[in-house]
Amino acid sequence: MSLTPEQVKRIAHLARIEVSEAEALTTQGHLNGIFALIEQMQAVDTTGVEPMAHAQDVSQRLRTDVVSESDRRAAYQAVAPEAEAGLYLVPKVIE
Amino acid sequence: MTQWEVVIGIETHAQLATVSKIFSGASTAFGAAPNTQACAVDLALPGVLPVLNRQAVECAIRFGLAIGAQVAPKSVFARKNYFYPDLPKGYQISQFELPVVQGGALTVQVGSGDKAYEKTITLTRAHLEEDAGKSLHEDFHGKSGIDLNRAGTPLLEIVTEPDMRSSDEAVAYARALHALVQWIGICDGNMQEGSFRCDANVSVRPRGQAEFGTRREIKNLNSFRFLKEAIDYEVQWQINEIEEGRKIQQATVLFDPDTGATRTMRTKEDAHDYRYFPDPDLLPLVIDESWIDRVRGELPELPQQMRERFCAELGLSAYDAATLTASQDIAAYYEATLAVAGLANAKPCANWVMVDLAARLNKEGREIAAAPVSPQQLGGLIQRIADGTISNNIAKKVFEALWSGEGATADEVIEKQGLRQITDSGAIEALVDEVLAANAANVAEYRAGKEKAFNALVGQVMKAAKGKANPQQVNELLKRKLAG
Repeated sequence: MSLTPEQVKRIAHLARIEVSEAEALTTQGHLNGIFALIEQMQAVDTTGVEPMAHAQDVSQRLRTDVVSESDRRAAYQAVAPEAEAGLYLVPKVIE
Repeated sequence: MTQWEVVIGIETHAQLATVSKIFSGASTAFGAAPNTQACAVDLALPGVLPVLNRQAVECAIRFGLAIGAQVAPKSVFARKNYFYPDLPKGYQISQFELPVVQGGALTVQVGSGDKAYEKTITLTRAHLEEDAGKSLHEDFHGKSGIDLNRAGTPLLEIVTEPDMRSSDEAVAYARALHALVQWIGICDGNMQEGSFRCDANVSVRPRGQAEFGTRREIKNLNSFRFLKEAIDYEVQWQINEIEEGRKIQQATVLFDPDTGATRTMRTKEDAHDYRYFPDPDLLPLVIDESWIDRVRGELPELPQQMRERFCAELGLSAYDAATLTASQDIAAYYEATLAVAGLANAKPCANWVMVDLAARLNKEGREIAAAPVSPQQLGGLIQRIADGTISNNIAKKVFEALWSGEGATADEVIEKQGLRQITDSGAIEALVDEVLAANAANVAEYRAGKEKAFNALVGQVMKAAKGKANPQQVNELLKRKLAG
């Protein structure tokens, strides 16, 4: 499998990364190199091997359901670009 | 003309009853000042890591057991990637390939009376995920305001197969699910506050066609009425489109309660490509048998089991059993009433709870848990009807008296107000004789074949007895005397 320049641009758009034509071409080369590696790995017979969700063979630690965090809004909003009436302000979004 | 068949699947987001968030120790209490319950993890500040809330997992296990699903011994959290300001990480932590609850089913009662029928809806899955924050689009100098208090609130997304064939079936399912999640204590069910919201996937196809039509998804329906209205509108819209030769485009739509119409939010072309992948910040969730067994042992009797018991052991109809198990409060009230009145009075107890009590509660907009008449008082009242102390009509008077606090028990009200039924046949006979003597015209009419005149005579006797004479005895005595 290899990617077209259009697919590279689509992926960049989904990740909200701006790429120039030249960058798209370079990235296409890099990504196709990764796909080549994946193809090599896919040649290995994995019949009967359980898909891996995490590199370490341990399970999720759980926390007790208690409130441990207090209100630190003032500190967090001090480093926000803009805040008003307790809200973080962002460029207008409406769907 | 083509006969159309409606196909509906439902996805529900139920907010889980935890005090803290699914991956952080911030509070989930509703109504706090904006962003006062959004901690570093919820804000996705650099370096933070999610730690899963045990109670959220336990809620998922309870649900899985309640619907007869498989609780996955191992499930995996995944990142669902999209950009929106109320999602600070740029992804939502959800479950994709291996959800915590797999399969299951819910049997629901559709409709009422003679047309009522049972339907089993198959569930596909239920998975744990975090909620997003809230965007406020009122004018902040042309900007949007973001409140992240809701970000990270634990949700269980419950997905059905496309099993429903009408808006009534969809609403019956949604109601039954709403009752169940509250019954097992995993969700407060508050729809105004957004604790329980439904998305409906709707399509139509010519009856008899095997393949499904193209579906459109109606988002965020937060009342049963809107769910029904939105589906009914959408179905009619799709049928019109097809009959006028247009094709349905897969799309996400919003329902506007003010216009009663649905409108397109986005089509398939600009649909999100979420690029799910396992979240490296979270290890697989392992649930061992002993945990599942403990939760199973703590589950209350479920509505379905209770319905079956009411039908089999108390001889109630399926409809009565369904009505009495609509919520845990109603069921508890009914069982407490029955405990006092006795099993032989199962049907009268059902009628009093479903009809008289329900109507009175409805009139005052009260919940059954706050009913002024306790199940013990109602049970005592029903006992007095059963043993002939009072008639059904007088019982309604006693019920009103109990409701307004005129006595602590039915017995007290009956004694204080002298409502005890007259069953002494000698006393009733005297009243009957009096009435027959004073109403010669009615007697003559009855003897001439006018049945109505009999009712007038019964009325006269009851009036003379101030409503307290045993109606059956009055009828028998009157008939005997008139015949003789």
